[in-house]
Amino acid sequence: MLLIPCPWCGPRDETEFHYGGQAHVAYPGNPAALSDEEWARYLFFRDNPKGAFAERWNHSAGCRRWFNAVRDTADNEIRAVYRTGEPRPVTA
Amino acid sequence: MRLATGGRIDRGEVLRFQFDGREYQGYRGDTLASALLANGVRQVATSIKLGRPRGIFSAGSEEPNAVIQIEEPFPEPMLAATTVELYDGLVAGSLPGQGRLATGPDPARYDAVHAHCDVLVVGAGPAGLAAARAAAGDGARVIIADERPDPGGSLLGTTELIDGVPSADWAAAAAAELDEMEEVRFLRRTTVFGYYDDNYLVAVERRTNHLGASAPADVARERVWRIRAGRVILATGAHERSIAFANNDLPGVMLAGAARTYLNCYGVRPGRKAVVFTTNDSAYAAAIDLADAGVEVAAIVDVRSAPGAAWLGRAQQRGLTVVTGHVVTAARGDSELLDPVRVTALHDWHVCRGALFENVGQWQRPWYYPRPGEDMEAAVLRECRAAREGVAAMDASTLGKIDVIGPDAAELLDRLYTNLMSSLAVGSIRYGVMCRPDGMVFDDGTVIRLAQDHFMVTTTTGNAAAVLEWMEEWLQTEWPELSVHCTSVTEQWATVALVGPGSREVLAGLAPALTVDNASFPFMTWRDAEVAGLPARVCRISFSGELAYEINVTSWHALTLWEAIMASGTVTPYGTETMHVLRAEKGYPIVGQDTDGTVTPQDLGMGWVVSTKKPDFVGKRSYARADTSRGDRKQLVGLLPDDPGLLLPEGAHLVAADVLPEPPVPMLGHVTSSYRSAALSRTFALALIKGGRERIGERLFAPLGGEGGGLVPVTVTSHVLYDPEGARRDG
Ligand SMILES: [Zn+2]
Repeated sequence: MLLIPCPWCGPRDETEFHYGGQAHVAYPGNPAALSDEEWARYLFFRDNPKGAFAERWNHSAGCRRWFNAVRDTADNEIRAVYRTGEPRPVTA
Repeated sequence: MRLATGGRIDRGEVLRFQFDGREYQGYRGDTLASALLANGVRQVATSIKLGRPRGIFSAGSEEPNAVIQIEEPFPEPMLAATTVELYDGLVAGSLPGQGRLATGPDPARYDAVHAHCDVLVVGAGPAGLAAARAAAGDGARVIIADERPDPGGSLLGTTELIDGVPSADWAAAAAAELDEMEEVRFLRRTTVFGYYDDNYLVAVERRTNHLGASAPADVARERVWRIRAGRVILATGAHERSIAFANNDLPGVMLAGAARTYLNCYGVRPGRKAVVFTTNDSAYAAAIDLADAGVEVAAIVDVRSAPGAAWLGRAQQRGLTVVTGHVVTAARGDSELLDPVRVTALHDWHVCRGALFENVGQWQRPWYYPRPGEDMEAAVLRECRAAREGVAAMDASTLGKIDVIGPDAAELLDRLYTNLMSSLAVGSIRYGVMCRPDGMVFDDGTVIRLAQDHFMVTTTTGNAAAVLEWMEEWLQTEWPELSVHCTSVTEQWATVALVGPGSREVLAGLAPALTVDNASFPFMTWRDAEVAGLPARVCRISFSGELAYEINVTSWHALTLWEAIMASGTVTPYGTETMHVLRAEKGYPIVGQDTDGTVTPQDLGMGWVVSTKKPDFVGKRSYARADTSRGDRKQLVGLLPDDPGLLLPEGAHLVAADVLPEPPVPMLGHVTSSYRSAALSRTFALALIKGGRERIGERLFAPLGGEGGGLVPVTVTSHVLYDPEGARRDG
């Protein structure tokens, strides 16, 4: 079980969190202006890297805040956490 | 429960033991498992991760569930209750998955022995006994080992004859014969647990465990046997295989052979009522033994369409129902899971009134209220008639309720619902649908405008938490500039649905100060009023098509309100089943039952709920995708079986041809809801069918199995089957 450092509450068990998928996939400013392909890309396409991955988590059984984490999908190590709206930090 | 007679136990020797701190009694010859079952203890462990309750599944060392901890005479973790011989003074307890090692030193002695033989026979069931006898008869030096205290293996749990004598007697005689032979060593309570190169095997013999505190201190508690054998005969028998279905780990789910063993070996009836599910003939003997022991065998469910005639005949001779060509897909069970159980403020009233309950999310909701002598069908038809012809009431407190407040509350709702909410007048109510960005229905409910900046929205019972999270997610991650607070108030409000042509009169009697006529209190408006002397919020909302109200009071007042409604003497309580029938007659979908995450509002025949005026809302862009405007999308329609008494199974597929072609058969869709309707005096169903609205009037077929595919003819209709003009809404 992961120990996830919520940027608001500190380290907590993974069971307190909901996973939210890839981070930094913003809702398009004007969906009507997008082509079908661009809209489908927003809806259906996500990265699936082996290695560092910026993803969203919600501390649903805690402070209920969404935040972002950089997790290495190969070894499950969380390299960084940061608040929603902040840029992705540079990690090793 | 212990039977008065039968079994291989010694009823003359009573053994006292403790389990989870409670005192019980068993007999010499019991295992801990059989003694627990005899005492009606069903839950004996919990699963490691989820804490699911675990019962006794087998009668032997294959036990996956009943893993227990022995505390006294000496702590020992992780033993299968089915392999622990009962002894006087045993103290044991259930385990949440992991056991505890003893902290003090073990006073027992242990030793090891090296042995050699010509033939090692592993297992002393019928095959092992016969093999050992044959080998010993040829003069071979034989070791035969069996993990159980008595030889006989599978024979001990059965009632068949061998060589004209009961099979257990045959085993005892064969074992006695082997015991007499000079070159045979018979190891009882000995498990062979390793088989290495060149026929080197390792076994452990449990020598004194079964004696409990009276075990002599100078005898080794356990002995390891290291055996080099010329030949090895593995006669370990077979373990019955379990069958996969949902919740097959619930206490009360047991291997058929194990149930038979508890009856015949231990004189224990493992339950009162059983469904026997099988893929072959072997379970029939268990079903018959269970029936003979007084267990009510509700049915033998056999996956085969044509079981063997001999066993079928025997089962039918005993009046047992055999359901062929069917599988058990899930067990419900009656155990309280670790998952929290939520009950409404009226729960005790429902229990007293004899309601049966249905789990909806974590909630327990009254399903229907059978009167003496009524089955479910009769009760639901009566409740439906009461709602359509008189007046009926339902505890609707489990509806999710979210308080949405702030200067941007209306803007948030406009972005999340498919229709316009900001235009809603204070005092009014609007139905709304929420979709995912892909345009598929996520939830539905009503929006009540309490003030310019204040709304209360309702969600489906099972989706309340998900909708709140959905709102918070958008507010936090996409629209942090919106000033809105969302708060769950589901448990603060109790809600009673008052339904039927007589509901206005009942409400008027309870709320004399409230003007209830249709013009003053129209459909889809709400009023704050005193009802039964309680401060209440009354909404004119209908989920049945009838004149109806939802009366909300603080949870503390729920019972007072409910009893006042019941005291009017004319109101029938109804449960979720009737609610489902009534809404289906009107073609109102239930999210998660009639939808599955691939269904748009338009597919549900609710294009009217999708705003064309709003520049954007979550889901809107997807309605311009080619996929969501395909003509062959599955659409919600009604189905009327030709046979008005035939209830289509939910999940049944529909095909166009009246003769099944060679597979793969093109499927048009499936039944999502199916009921008997009092109002229509017949059965009906809702279904998602490809191009369904174009097919209204067409005949389709549901292949229900059996000869020629068992094609059942149905006619496609509008999904609104009752009062399509909406004439009943205003009473
Ligand atoms: Zn937190």
